[in-house]
Amino acid sequence: MDFNTNFILGCSAIGAGLAVIAGIGPGVGQGIAAGYAANAVGRNPGAKSDITGTMLLGQAVAETTGLYGLLIAMILIFVKPLAK
Amino acid sequence: MDMGILLSADNEVDFMIHGIFSYSFFGHQVWITTTHVCCLIVLLSLMLFGFLAGRKMKHADEVPEGFQNFIELIVELLDGMVDGTMGKNGANFRNYIGTIFIFILVSNLSGLLGLRPPTADYGTTLPLGLMTFTLIFFNKLKYQKVSGFIKGLCDPWVFWAPINVIGDIAVPISISLRLFANILSGTVMMALIYGLLSKIAIIWPAALHVYFDMFSGAIQTYVFCMLTMTYISDAMTTE
Repeated sequence: MDFNTNFILGCSAIGAGLAVIAGIGPGVGQGIAAGYAANAVGRNPGAKSDITGTMLLGQAVAETTGLYGLLIAMILIFVKPLAK
Repeated sequence: MDMGILLSADNEVDFMIHGIFSYSFFGHQVWITTTHVCCLIVLLSLMLFGFLAGRKMKHADEVPEGFQNFIELIVELLDGMVDGTMGKNGANFRNYIGTIFIFILVSNLSGLLGLRPPTADYGTTLPLGLMTFTLIFFNKLKYQKVSGFIKGLCDPWVFWAPINVIGDIAVPISISLRLFANILSGTVMMALIYGLLSKIAIIWPAALHVYFDMFSGAIQTYVFCMLTMTYISDAMTTE
């Protein structure tokens, strides 16, 4: 492999690392959702199963932005669109 | 290992879709891949299960036991989930939601059996998302009529229409990408562990299988079906 290809691959790896910083957002968001869910269970222990279901649904939806970052990182590393 | 861990992954770690054989379809080269094979295995086992369940229920006992109990449990759980989310409209959608629930769940869990999960291919999840999109669109036109559809499109203001159109188109993309990326990340993670840590990957990866394949797969199945139901019942409400 010549210098240019290696350089592009290295930059792709850096870009992939930057892309997964997107994981911070969902982490904070899921934590907030879980915190409020714990709060709600504390107030109304009878509704625990409903609260858990709603929490998991909301967390899974909040996870989407992080997954987009992950997808971009994977495309950069394994598909190597820039090195072609 | 002279190119660093991630790039050497191409030789040792294997989570990609592989072509098995290709054929010519009206001049295009079309590949039969591992996804097709795994999808076929999942579908055949589900068909076998459905056939056995149907034969059992034809001669159902008054007091269920064993296999019949299991079938009734599945059907009651799925029907309860659909009715609880969609209310009075639920009865028409029990079959559809139940079918895609079982298919996605078994596909996600098939990673445990050494198959590459069919849902870790965007070619499987995009059609699922497009089916949801079609149902949303159809029910919107059916219940809100064309006038309500156009009114919903220009919701706060007429010039807001392009943004609403983008929002509608984003629905199938986002729900299919969510399912795809979750299952793919689990597949990649397990492949990395088995490929790069193969010397010490003895028993402890089982715990990761429980999380990535079972927990994540079940949650994503539930989320996909819940969102489909929510969007559809949203499309059915008339002002």
